[in-house]
Amino acid sequence: MKLKKIMEYLNCNCRVLCEDINLDIDIKFAIASDLMSDILATAKPGELLLTGLAHNSVIRTCEITGINAVIFVRNKQPSDDTIKLAQNCKIPVLLTDSTMFEACGILFSKGLKGIHIERAD
Amino acid sequence: MKGQIDKITDSEVLFEQEFKINGGDFINAGESSSKLKNILKEIGINTDIIRRLAIAAYEAEVNVVTYARHGIMRILIYPEKILLTIEDEGPGIGDIDQAMQPGYSTATEEIREMGFGAGMGLPNMKKNADIFNISSIVDKGTKLEITMNLNDKNA
Repeated sequence: MKLKKIMEYLNCNCRVLCEDINLDIDIKFAIASDLMSDILATAKPGELLLTGLAHNSVIRTCEITGINAVIFVRNKQPSDDTIKLAQNCKIPVLLTDSTMFEACGILFSKGLKGIHIERAD
Repeated sequence: MKGQIDKITDSEVLFEQEFKINGGDFINAGESSSKLKNILKEIGINTDIIRRLAIAAYEAEVNVVTYARHGIMRILIYPEKILLTIEDEGPGIGDIDQAMQPGYSTATEEIREMGFGAGMGLPNMKKNADIFNISSIVDKGTKLEITMNLNDKNA
């Protein structure tokens, strides 16, 4: 699913726009959590992250795991520092008014899938 | 696998770099791991190895920032392997077996606000490493050793 399409579905504002950011990138999967430990343990490259946590650690987590874009739900405002970091890492930062559940539900119903984690045992 | 590593410990170091990590510097937590990731990319290391090592490095860096006074992250690249060590001066870990249990945590409120402190860091480092070693002395510090094999057929 193209990032542009996702923005349309969630009525997103884009907070990080620069020439290097490509809104045509194809998002294969999405993951949603406020817990970065969870993201670090499960994320796959090329994903979209939906989170309610607006902190530098979110951008770092995206950069380290290869997550392609981040959406802050409930219109959480990232600080200027966080925006700057995202700009340096070339990670699009999007804001939506939707709650986490609603945003996930909309994208899922439009066909965006999550990652199925196999049980370790 | 460990026997194999013992045999190559004397081999030539191709690249070496150190990063200083400051305890309590929550804003910049992850900067060293980010630099490390970019260096490995430039060298042209396999992307899966880079990703697993960067995740382990970031988890370790966050731990140093959270618990220790300061620490040193050191990367050593050999022809056959990458060795990442993270050594800190801090409170140390009294019971390593307990600390390795998924979900066990002594995290502060500050680190939980960053989305960490769920007791998943050490198990996740172990999961991503080819070889993971941890040693610690209470009131002195903790040393982590993460080895990635570069010549694995599966890599």
